[in-house]
Amino acid sequence: MNPKGDAQAGQPVIELAQVTRVYTMGDMELRALKGVDLVIERGESVAIMGTSGSGKSTMMNIIGCLDRPTTGSYRLLGDDVSRLSRSELAVVRGRRLGFVFQSFNLLSRTTALENVELPLIYAGVSGRERRRRAKAALERVGLGSRLDHRPSQLSGGQQQRVAIARAIVGEPEILLADEPTGNLDSQTSVEVMAMLQELVAQGITLVLVTHEPDIAEYLGRVVALKDGLISRDGKHTPISAQAALAKLAANAVDPHASARQGHA
Amino acid sequence: MSFFAAFRVALRALTRNLTRTFLTVLGIVIGVAAVIAMMAAGAGAREQIKAVFETMGTNMLVIRPQSDATTAVRGGEGSAASLTFADVDAIRTECAAVQYAAAVLQTRAQIGAEEANWNTQVTGTTPDFLTLRQWPAEIGKSLNEEHEQSSAKVVVLGQTVAWQLFGDGSPIGRVVRIKNTPFEVIGVLSKKGQAPNGQDYDDTVFIPLATYRTKIEGGLGDFLRGSIYVSASTPEQVMRAEGQVTALLRERHRTAPGAEDDFRVRNLAEFATAREQTTGTITTLLAAIAAVSLVVGGIGVMNIMMVSVVERTREIGIRMAVGARPIDLLVQFLVEALVLSGIGGLLGLGLGAIAADQLAKALGWISVFPTETALMAIGVASGVGIVFGLYPAIKASRLDPIVALRTET
Repeated sequence: MNPKGDAQAGQPVIELAQVTRVYTMGDMELRALKGVDLVIERGESVAIMGTSGSGKSTMMNIIGCLDRPTTGSYRLLGDDVSRLSRSELAVVRGRRLGFVFQSFNLLSRTTALENVELPLIYAGVSGRERRRRAKAALERVGLGSRLDHRPSQLSGGQQQRVAIARAIVGEPEILLADEPTGNLDSQTSVEVMAMLQELVAQGITLVLVTHEPDIAEYLGRVVALKDGLISRDGKHTPISAQAALAKLAANAVDPHASARQGHA
Repeated sequence: MSFFAAFRVALRALTRNLTRTFLTVLGIVIGVAAVIAMMAAGAGAREQIKAVFETMGTNMLVIRPQSDATTAVRGGEGSAASLTFADVDAIRTECAAVQYAAAVLQTRAQIGAEEANWNTQVTGTTPDFLTLRQWPAEIGKSLNEEHEQSSAKVVVLGQTVAWQLFGDGSPIGRVVRIKNTPFEVIGVLSKKGQAPNGQDYDDTVFIPLATYRTKIEGGLGDFLRGSIYVSASTPEQVMRAEGQVTALLRERHRTAPGAEDDFRVRNLAEFATAREQTTGTITTLLAAIAAVSLVVGGIGVMNIMMVSVVERTREIGIRMAVGARPIDLLVQFLVEALVLSGIGGLLGLGLGAIAADQLAKALGWISVFPTETALMAIGVASGVGIVFGLYPAIKASRLDPIVALRTET
């Protein structure tokens, strides 16, 4: 495998070729993916959409190196990872990928700082350096003052920001987000999207699974899945989450504005 | 993940539910404590037996005449007239490995004082016997060579006899009668206690051999109907002394080569060794039973580790997602089991030491703390942790991260 940063500039970050995934349960065969081709370039932000059972979770798991395709190939940053062992996949996850989940998936009874340190522990980064980098990541998501808070002492939005800090602390090329706003109210959702957009602007590649069209609008490309195949793949100009936030703020400053609009 | 990091994670996981951790550890504590207490008790018993045999004299040989087989009615051992008083002197002077040798003649007799009388064992012997038995007088004095030369009518009492005849009063200078002969009490021996067969060593009196031969048992002239007690110069010399004595007596008795000895040599060291081996076997048995509780404790650890893996499925999923390899999780849960059983081992060591000490006190044994056993118990406890922690740890490492992340806990 190439060391980190070796991937050439023009090379796709993610390259799925005729990927299938078949689950066997006794005599039953469930074909979750039926031959998917997908190329994602560096710096793209991609929303993967689809109803439940469309295969979007399966595809996300394969892209996230949590699962392997039954047939077909998956090249991540130029390396074929479709036949790696569980152990090797773990290393790839730790070095190349960052995960953000719908339910945050932070370790409870563990401080924000320690949660963010977690990937670095497995990457073999030693104590002081680990703390320094974890602290920097938390400052990047605006939680520099909450280092010693536990998940239960943080709001949902703050927990998701800790999760984002954890996802980016290892400086991965790719950020994978699985319904990251699913458990958040609309204001916090937009805040999280603003943060993700900022990371994309800084060069990270974002792949985000969602079933909400509003959220998909914050990303530059929408890939829709249906019955295990890609049904739609289109690029558009994403709307700015920052701007949406400013608009929300304006409404909050003048609560009568919306009321008056309602009367009009 | 480094071992130290795994150790910290383990400590944190274990402090999360202190009651449960405590109860789990308790199983190991009891197991280890039981093993240590049993081994210590066994070692104490062995020391005790060793001490008992040392009071008897492990460097001692007892020579008795062989059975009188020349007549139609065979007497028991010692019935033959084969040993002579000259043999005793020859053994003392000619056998290099022998330090002391003493003829011992014994009979049971009634012994009377003014206030009371008592049936006891009367032993006629030379001062060497009390020396080789390491049996000094506690009050008064012991038999000496002068008494022997003058056939003095003096007696030294064992503690039981002194008590039976005189109670709390001082027997020194008092007169007792043995077979109608008056003897002056010159001393009372120190307490010797109980023989391994339950016989009371202190229920005896000693008079000079010469006096015994003239006043108690007229006897056989030069022949000795009793025993010769011989002590080797060191316990290690016992075997050599036995060889020398045997060779000397065969020569003196003109025993033809190949013919049977007309005497028998008893070696107490062999007896002591046999006893020690018996104790050793019992100790091993007790420890084995105690070890069962250690295994039960280990199963407790396994049980809790299984629960822990199930409870922390989601945590395992998270760790896998951020880059933990299966081996990292295996190590993490193994270390946790190891910490559990290690803490249990240390606490059990302390408890076992206290229990062993109390047990020794209660039974009046010598308190022994077997260091090797302690180290072994700690080692075994850790081994138990690894063995019983392995299955849950493997289970954790084999979890599918996708399933684990989806688990609601």
